[in-house]
Amino acid sequence: MRLIAPKLREIKARDIAETVAQLCQRANFELDEGVLAALKSAQQTEESPLGKEVLRQLVENAQIAERKNLPLCQDCGTAVIFLEVGQDVHIIEGDLYQAVNEGVRRGYTQGYLRKSMVSQPFSARKNTKDNTPPVIHTEIVPGDRIRIICLPKGAGSENMSKLAMLRPGDSREGVIDLVVRAVDEAGANPCPPLIVGVGIGATADGVMLLAKKALLRPVGKPNPDPEVAELEKEILARVNKLGIGPLGLGGSTTALAVHAEVWPTHIACLPAAVNLQCHSARHKEARL
Amino acid sequence: MEAVHITSPLDAKTVRELKVGTPVLISGVIYTARDAAHRRLIEALDNGERLPFPIKGQTIYYTGPSPARPGRVIGSAGPTTSGRMDMYTPRLLAAGMRAMIGKGNRSPEVREAIQKYKAVYFVAIGGAGALLAQSIKKVELVAYEDLGTEAIRLLTVENFPAIVANDIYGEDLFEQGRAKYRRE
Repeated sequence: MRLIAPKLREIKARDIAETVAQLCQRANFELDEGVLAALKSAQQTEESPLGKEVLRQLVENAQIAERKNLPLCQDCGTAVIFLEVGQDVHIIEGDLYQAVNEGVRRGYTQGYLRKSMVSQPFSARKNTKDNTPPVIHTEIVPGDRIRIICLPKGAGSENMSKLAMLRPGDSREGVIDLVVRAVDEAGANPCPPLIVGVGIGATADGVMLLAKKALLRPVGKPNPDPEVAELEKEILARVNKLGIGPLGLGGSTTALAVHAEVWPTHIACLPAAVNLQCHSARHKEARL
Repeated sequence: MEAVHITSPLDAKTVRELKVGTPVLISGVIYTARDAAHRRLIEALDNGERLPFPIKGQTIYYTGPSPARPGRVIGSAGPTTSGRMDMYTPRLLAAGMRAMIGKGNRSPEVREAIQKYKAVYFVAIGGAGALLAQSIKKVELVAYEDLGTEAIRLLTVENFPAIVANDIYGEDLFEQGRAKYRRE
């Protein structure tokens, strides 16, 4: 029998590092086009004059940031890195996670981004001085390429996350209540108008990752499942009736979008998670 | 509403005239301090030590700026969530602090202390750090250099935009705003 050598595509670790470094900077300097469009369109529909003015200033902020290579926000976030690694990729001349760490280190240093990571979070809280380590989520997928997404996540919104192990009987209404309550309690803190990431199903750990992944979807693009899309629409309408408004100063634009991701779960479980994203909704991606 | 030009440090008369919802443009000097610096300020008070700057009448801005590029005075410098400072704020108000700038609402204890000590809390636009940095003209290190972005710095500002969120009359911008636009 003749063995056929697998055809592996080689990708150099240093190219991964360089890509991550660029993504960290671009995500912090350039507001996503979809978000910019959503902010502009909200300016037309926002009921509060003060809210309209806040939205105008956020658009102006994005223009200044891009022109001057200044971070959109001084909180340049925890670098959350999503990797989709093709199973036919062979990484050469280095280690994948070391390369991602090197990319974050370089991106945050070269880009004059704020370094916010501290070690020993419950006591010394010593700044690591280069914003490492990132939080890395890896998936192995078909193909011979690597998709890298950088999501710098600010603490103001991350601190308002919620997880609930609902009872199966709590059903759809239980999920809606949880999300609306999370947004209501968060008030001004997560920097609305928000992108509301919702996870439903899986396990306690899995559901929070679903909620975070929901933030990666283009702003306002509905879930392909019509039932989930309907749920997103209903939650968005409910949230925008809370009156919180841009930066919590009152108004009709509390969220720009609700994105829900759903996964099967155990017969005894209905996990639901909320991961809020601020109005800058920073993320950038590349393929190698 | 037309913005009111005010100078920091604020005098008592100015604070009396400020009402919730009024947009202001702040010029003068303000000190930066956030979580770690607050903890140290409180420790100093606990130990009966002198604070690293005379806090009486001063304004504290809750921000941890991003690093300045060469040739610039500061990076991005928007407000951080004020609620995390709530546990320290009444002590600093008692020590004479007169104004704070941050984002998000304050605890009932802080709101009470704001009234009691005749102070004011302003909100700046969260996440508009690039825009807000344009009003910061000079930066000087004051204390706790080892805290990096969390060190206390003295900022000279010109027309720094903010909005009165809690005044000496006990009003709250967030409550008012939410009540006005709530639809349920």
